[in-house]
Amino acid sequence: MTPEELYQIAEEEQESLKRFHFRMFVCTAAGCLSSHGDSVLDALKKEIKEAGREEECLCKGVGCMGLCSEGPLVFVEPDGVLYGKVKVEDAKEIVESLGKEPVARLVCPIDLPFFTRQKKVVLENSGVIDPERIEDYIAHSGYEALVQALTEMTPAEVIDGVFKSGLRGRGGAGYPTGLKWSTVSKGVGGAKYVICNADEGDPGAFMDRSVLESDPHRVLEGMAIAAYAVGASQGYIYVRAEYPLAIKRLQTAIRQAERCGLLGNHICNTTFSFQINVRLGAGAFVCGEETALIASIEGKRGQPRPRPPYPAEEGLWGCPTLINNVETFANVPAIIRNGAEWFAAIGTEKSKGTKVFALAGRVKHTGLIEVPMGIPLRDIIFEIGGGIPDERNFKAVQTGGPSGGCIPKEHLDVPVDYDSLSQLGSIMGSGGMIVMDESSCMVDVARFFMEFCMTESCGKCVPCRVGTAQIHDFLQKIINGDAVPDDLEFLKKICDMVKETSLCGLGQTAPNPVLSTLRFFRDEYVNHIVNKECTAGACKVPAKQEVHS
Amino acid sequence: MRTSFGKPSPPSEDRRWKIIGATMRRHGYQPHALIETLHTVQESFGFVGEDAFHYVADSLRIPLSHVYGVATFYHFFNLKPQGEHTCVVCTGTACYIKGASLILQAIEDEYGIKPGETSDDGKLSVLTARCIGACGIAPAVVFDGEIVGGVSATDAVNRIRRCLQK
Ligand SMILES: Cc1cc2nc3c(=O)[nH]c(=O)nc-3n(C[C@H](O)[C@H](O)[C@H](O)COP(=O)(O)O)c2cc1C
Ligand code: SF4
Ligand code: FES
Ligand code: FES
Repeated sequence: MTPEELYQIAEEEQESLKRFHFRMFVCTAAGCLSSHGDSVLDALKKEIKEAGREEECLCKGVGCMGLCSEGPLVFVEPDGVLYGKVKVEDAKEIVESLGKEPVARLVCPIDLPFFTRQKKVVLENSGVIDPERIEDYIAHSGYEALVQALTEMTPAEVIDGVFKSGLRGRGGAGYPTGLKWSTVSKGVGGAKYVICNADEGDPGAFMDRSVLESDPHRVLEGMAIAAYAVGASQGYIYVRAEYPLAIKRLQTAIRQAERCGLLGNHICNTTFSFQINVRLGAGAFVCGEETALIASIEGKRGQPRPRPPYPAEEGLWGCPTLINNVETFANVPAIIRNGAEWFAAIGTEKSKGTKVFALAGRVKHTGLIEVPMGIPLRDIIFEIGGGIPDERNFKAVQTGGPSGGCIPKEHLDVPVDYDSLSQLGSIMGSGGMIVMDESSCMVDVARFFMEFCMTESCGKCVPCRVGTAQIHDFLQKIINGDAVPDDLEFLKKICDMVKETSLCGLGQTAPNPVLSTLRFFRDEYVNHIVNKECTAGACKVPAKQEVHS
Repeated sequence: MRTSFGKPSPPSEDRRWKIIGATMRRHGYQPHALIETLHTVQESFGFVGEDAFHYVADSLRIPLSHVYGVATFYHFFNLKPQGEHTCVVCTGTACYIKGASLILQAIEDEYGIKPGETSDDGKLSVLTARCIGACGIAPAVVFDGEIVGGVSATDAVNRIRRCLQK
């Protein structure tokens, strides 16, 4: 594929879109599929056909539009109407109303802060393009960045651009992406690899899944640009087996890109060749850790190993390997296309760009959002999220999943960036954001996460294997009303020990949910211990509960 | 190079072994194909049984203990056959906050099955998952492969009843 051919495809596709007077977009990502978005799509197509309006009316399946709680969603252009909770029976009415008064009972207002306060970079195509057609991606500037990088830039210039953009890894730790690329590019020896971490282990997060289901080509393009920059010719996407739709769409996307000569040998008639294979995870949280992930691709048990050497020096099969998160790669095409300065202008001084969050829990509008870094937490929860439903009160918000912490209402004005969140004992994490109201018991929340870490500990090192189980038992003891005040000190001690002496990030961060709830919600612990009472009324103390095994 | 001479034969005439053989062939019978192969086994048979362990270990020339170690390390692989119908309750954070444990409790009260168990008649298996990526519509449950969101405890029990009647 030459640049000219690419632009031609883009133009033809744009022309063919313009031919339609009405365009209907139906969400067919996982959330809406579960409420039968696919049947709604079929029903709308059928109605259009029966009304003989196929010439003037386009109807296509697209990725996640964000407001998953109102699914299935249908967006109509040029009317600018969004319909929510659409049923198959509504299809006829919707088609009849095209260009006239919209079907009032189904309309979702689109001037909500949920839509207006967002800033879309990674999700710019989500809900707009058909994820199963490469032409649609190309028509939305897709693969322009790859062609530009290959034909106009040297690998060093690409790395420099990513470095200057200030992009930091979106997988949790926030390591500067340009720096990592530069290390891998300097690696010596034969083969190099690029790996996309799509293991998304945080149990309450679905950003990566949504990106893969809604705009898979974007991730492939980001990976190809990275491979060109670091000098790799083979890539892997390690994706959870629990995400069958994402896997299917990725495989379709890879096939299409290969057919168009955008992946494979001699991409854009240059000497650059790049292959991508999909590898399936198998339900182990620890495999999100980079060295464990590499072991898993090598067909072994996913157990981490000490670093250094870092994968950038010695990774897959002992070769220099670049590992980045899905969202990190998805940012790259926009950075190359619009320039590093454009990207660096979004966000705060040390956290550039936007971040995608999966907003869930006790909040009115749950779904997928993308916001500029630095936005106050309060705005996310009360404006974008619409606040707490059922006239209850906000209690805490959890970010960073099992490695993160709970932030109480006193700190709601904290700007969302890497450094501010870690000062509060939480982390940015990969993007899970779970809102809790007064009905959640913070001791039980800590127990929930510790149970998770305990089961997911790979067992390689003692502090994590034994420590997480001990912490869990302590928390259970507190919940059961069997603890004494001195236990809290001991609990804190074990937490510190596990944090400091574990081998990998899982153990090192596992105590965070406990430490942060101890810090901000100590009175709830004390209430369980001294008064044998659960502040939230969620645990039955001191009535003995069954101990979860 | 492997020759067909040394290739172990499948445990039975079952055609599904051919698919598994094909996966291993595609990866050149390399040991690192193990996880991919186990995925194919589970996809074809619904679980990874003992005969599969032997066949895969022999074909990829890796110790049986290694195959067993890998298969038990990853939660995704079932080592026992599943019931005719499955109900997977998500116990990820979003679903936990929205009452996933009540769903599990209701199922246990109604059918006497705990997570990870299968009913005695082999009709129903109840499983848990750590987030199925549908947190926006939590709590989520997968009934026979179909994701359903906003499930209450009563909904879950009723849906299972309907599944079982099919
Ligand atoms: C226990 C554990 C789980 C992790 N899970 C993930 C994950 O699900 N997705 C991810 O991208 N990174 C995860 N990471 C971080 C990766 O090790 C690695 O830092 C990341 O993929 C690097 O990509 P980035 O620089 O683009 O963030 C995890 C780390 C640990 C310690
Ligand atoms: S910290 Fe936990 S997960 Fe990490 S290597 Fe040690 S035992 Fe395994
Ligand atoms: S899945 Fe349809 S809007 Fe998110
Ligand atoms: S936590 Fe249940 S679907 Fe994510």
